[in-house]
Formats: sequence, structure tokens, C-alpha cells
Amino acid sequence: MNNKTDLIEYLLRLGDSALIQGQRLCQWCGKAPALEEELALMNVGLDLVGQARNWLDYAAELLDDGRDADDLAFRRDERAYRNLLLVEQPNGDYAVTILKQFLYDAWHLPVLQGLSQSSDERIAGIAAKAVKEVTYHLRRSGEWVERLGDGTEQSHKRMLAAIPEVWRFTVELIAADDSEQRLCEAGVTPGIASVAAQWQAKVNDIFASATLPVPAAPSYFYLNARKGLHTEHLGILLAEMQFLPRAYPDATW
Amino acid sequence: MYAQLVETGVKRIKDLSEMSEQERAFQEKIDSEIKIEAKNWMPDAYRQTLIRQISQHAHSEIVGMLPEGNWVTRAPSLKRKLQLMAKIQDEAGHGLYLYSAMETLGADRDEEIDKLHSGKAKYSSIFNYPTLNWADMGAVGWLVDGAAIVNQVVLQRTSYGPYSRAMIRICKEESFHQRQGYEILLTMMRHGTQAQKDMVQDAINRLWWPSLMMFGPSDEHSPNSAQSMAWKIKRQSNDELRQRFIDQTIPQLELLGCTCPDPDLKWNAERGHYDFGEIQWDEFYEVLKGNGPCNQERVATRRKAIEDGAWVREAAVAHARKKQNKNAA
Repeated sequence: MNNKTDLIEYLLRLGDSALIQGQRLCQWCGKAPALEEELALMNVGLDLVGQARNWLDYAAELLDDGRDADDLAFRRDERAYRNLLLVEQPNGDYAVTILKQFLYDAWHLPVLQGLSQSSDERIAGIAAKAVKEVTYHLRRSGEWVERLGDGTEQSHKRMLAAIPEVWRFTVELIAADDSEQRLCEAGVTPGIASVAAQWQAKVNDIFASATLPVPAAPSYFYLNARKGLHTEHLGILLAEMQFLPRAYPDATW
Repeated sequence: MYAQLVETGVKRIKDLSEMSEQERAFQEKIDSEIKIEAKNWMPDAYRQTLIRQISQHAHSEIVGMLPEGNWVTRAPSLKRKLQLMAKIQDEAGHGLYLYSAMETLGADRDEEIDKLHSGKAKYSSIFNYPTLNWADMGAVGWLVDGAAIVNQVVLQRTSYGPYSRAMIRICKEESFHQRQGYEILLTMMRHGTQAQKDMVQDAINRLWWPSLMMFGPSDEHSPNSAQSMAWKIKRQSNDELRQRFIDQTIPQLELLGCTCPDPDLKWNAERGHYDFGEIQWDEFYEVLKGNGPCNQERVATRRKAIEDGAWVREAAVAHARKKQNKNAA
């Protein structure tokens, strides 16, 4: 395996996670608990799909097999998708949605901050722009974790119930595989240990002010999005998202 | 038009000699094109009419997110998905502007939204039609936003300052959406397959008449229009705006290479306008009454969103109070 293969794989991971998280946010359209949240959810989703497009564009260029970012987004099956398991989880109630968003943002920001120093200029450029957006995402989701955790008795209970639903999937945020390790050593991506530490510190901090318990670190389990081993939720999500390009393969939209 | 059939509660327009001194001063201000602002005196019927109209307009922005939300998860490319998300985000923002403008009149946002959910308040009839294929996203942008713009451009000069200023901001974004919508259709017609071209024509066939209905009843059946015009809330009649919309839209339709689902449509050189067929007014009134294809689903979705979200809003309030107490201590 060479550096280019690793790099493509990594770009797909970044792009797919942003895209799937954006798709989940789209599913909230018209159903959010307040008008301000409609605006915020669509705003965050828009940022993420925009970032996904940037990463997938770059991945497509490196792949150089005739596929473009749209082909990568709309014509890959779930076994080829590389998004974090966390972001493909169903939206659930607002507690689950907020918690997923926060856990993702708290990982996403240090990753992008690291990537903005990447030895790969293209990555550094995309990441530098995304950092601005994700700084806002994290501020917003962190504040919502605090509001719901330290709000009413009911909202606190819902947050407590949300934690076990998504926590086990955070194992992917704090571990790396060999491919990522190599990119890190080449100065392309940030150190995994550093990202994991920053993520944990942010989680500890926000959970404390939200009066929520921080669970023990999750352990390894069979599913692994880096190998395209997803939960059963992704296939259905992709069926909906990819329907038109699949049904009309010759179409230009 | 996003606000149709707004009751003024006024049966007959008073002339200046019948008015009290306050009323006369108000009407003279209107007549000399001076904007009315929140703290100015205004007749109660003017205030209530505006609350009804602006809230109806705001509700339309919010309910209008749903037909598009129906396709945002299925948009066929990243570019189209981004455009649609940006548009929906703008619509939520327009709703917020408009509710704020309405609140300057002393109305309460939550109370007005309750009226929407209980079926007492209206929103534009157009959003009670289903979006059945992707071309609907183009047709909604082009025809529905197009019709809204024709109406809103005029409303930039409406007599109530906060409403007028909201319209100026909103129009800038709406024009952008309209061009994007048209571009969706143009792309499908020029570069698409036969199946895609069929989608475009199908979308136009279904949305053409409902778009014309957005301008409200014909002038002879608009009992509230005269007062709204005298107050300069409305600046042009329903039929004038509808005609303008048709005149500017037909050349765009021709450029697409599509047909209009109106056998009576033809250019009238004498009038310098297109003549067009009779609108199905029965359908219009049924839809406004709640008997359109999606009325129940649209209102139920909005009601459920607000009901299901109650605990979230309560938590936000409780948390804000706790924080305030902590800061005070």
C-alpha cells in the first residue's frame, strides 16, 4: 500500500462522514423543535455537505478513474462507504441528534485543526476553511448538550438515555488503523493520540457542565466503518439518498 | 403571493370626511407615502389586517419548507443538494424576519403559530400540493418563487415600514432561488434524457394552475382588496399581478421548450398581454378551506414538530434560568 492509496482512503473517510452527517440533518427539515433550530440544522448540514464535496473532489482526482465526487457520493454501495458509524445512526429524539452532533464535532474540530497544518497543501486549504465552520458547529452542539443535560428533569433523562445509544460508536474516534498511522507519520494528518486526547478533554468538560456522567472508553467490536462494515442503518440511508442517480444512470441533473 | 384572502374586517371604506382626526392624519400619511412605524398610531383594523397578512406570509415560509424537505434527502447531486439546503435555510430565515415584523404590531409569535396548527390561520395554498418528482424542485423555484417575487417586489413599497423592510431583504434571496429553480429545469430540458424532460413537463402541468392561484381570488371576488389598497398594504390588485406573472413567465416557458397546460392561453396583441383560461376557483377555495391534497399532512407535520419539541424548548428555558441565577449569585 502506498501513500496515495492511504490518502484516498482517508479523504473518503472525511468526506463520507461529513456527507452522511449532513444527510441525517436533512431528515430534520421541517421537524425541528424551533424555527431557529431549522435554520441551524440546515446551516450545519450545508457546511458539512460542502466539506464532503471538497474532500470527495480531491479523492476523485487522485483516483483518476473517471468518477467524480457525485459518482463517489451517489454510486458507491454501503460496503464501499467509509463514514464513521456514529454519524449513520438514526436521528432519534433531539437528545440523540444533539449528542451525535457534539461527539462528532468534538472530534472533527481537532482533526481539521491538525489537517490545516498538513504537508499536503490541498488538504491544508480545505481544512483551514472547514475549521471556521466546525468551530461554530462545536460551540452550538456543546451548548445544546449543556442545555439538555442541565435543563429539566425530562431533558436530563433523555440525555442519559441517549448516551448508551451512541457511545459505543465513539471507539472509532479514538483509534487509528495502519493506513492512518502511515499518513500521520508522513505529516499529512494529525496525531491520533493528540486528537483522541483533545476529544476526550472536550467531552469531559461539556459533560461536566451538562451534569452528565462520562462513560468508560468504549472497546473494540466487530463493526468497523474503515473496512466498510456498517450498521444496518446505512443501507437504507443510501437507498434514499442515491435513488435518482441510480434510477436514471444516464441523466444530467 | 404568500398571503391570500386576508380579511380586513372592513365593509366599506370611509372617505376622509367620515374619519376621526387621528384616522385622517393616518390616512394622509399613507397617501403621502410616509411609512407607518411600530410606535405610530394606526387604526385597529389596519393593525389586525397586517397581523393576519404578515403571519400568513410567515406561516407560508415555514410550511413551504416541507414540499422541498421532501426532496432534500433525495437531491440527485451534491450541487443540487447544497442549493436546496441553502434555500430551505433561507426560508426558515424569512419566516423569522416575518414573525419579527409581525411582533412589532403587538402580536405574539407562539399564539399565531397555534392558530396555524389549529387550522384558524392560513398559509399559501400552493404548499398543499405534493412534490412528486425532482423537477418539482425546479418548478417550485421557478414558478412558485417567481409568483412570490412578483408579489413581494410590490410589497417592498407596502405602507408598514417593518413589513416593507422585511420584503426588501427577502426579495434579494428569493430572486436567487428563482434563477436556481429555472436552471434546474433548463439543465434537465437541454442536457437531460427523455425521462427527465417528461418530468419537467409533468411538474409544470401540475404546478402551473396552483401557481396562478397564489395571487388570490380575482378582483371581482376580493372584497378585502379595496381597503388593503386604500391603506397601501397592497399596492396592486390580484389580477394585475397575476397578469404580470403570466406575461413574464410564458417566454421563459417557451425558452425551456415546454408547453403550458392551458389551451386558452394566447398572446393578445391588442391588450399587449397574454389571455389565459379560467382558473378552477372551486379547487382554490377547497384548498384554502383545508381540502387540498396535502393540507392535513402539512399541518400535522408542523404541529408534531412543535409538540415533540416542547421538552427541548422547556429545557432551553430552564437552563437559561439556571445560568441567570448562577450569574446573579
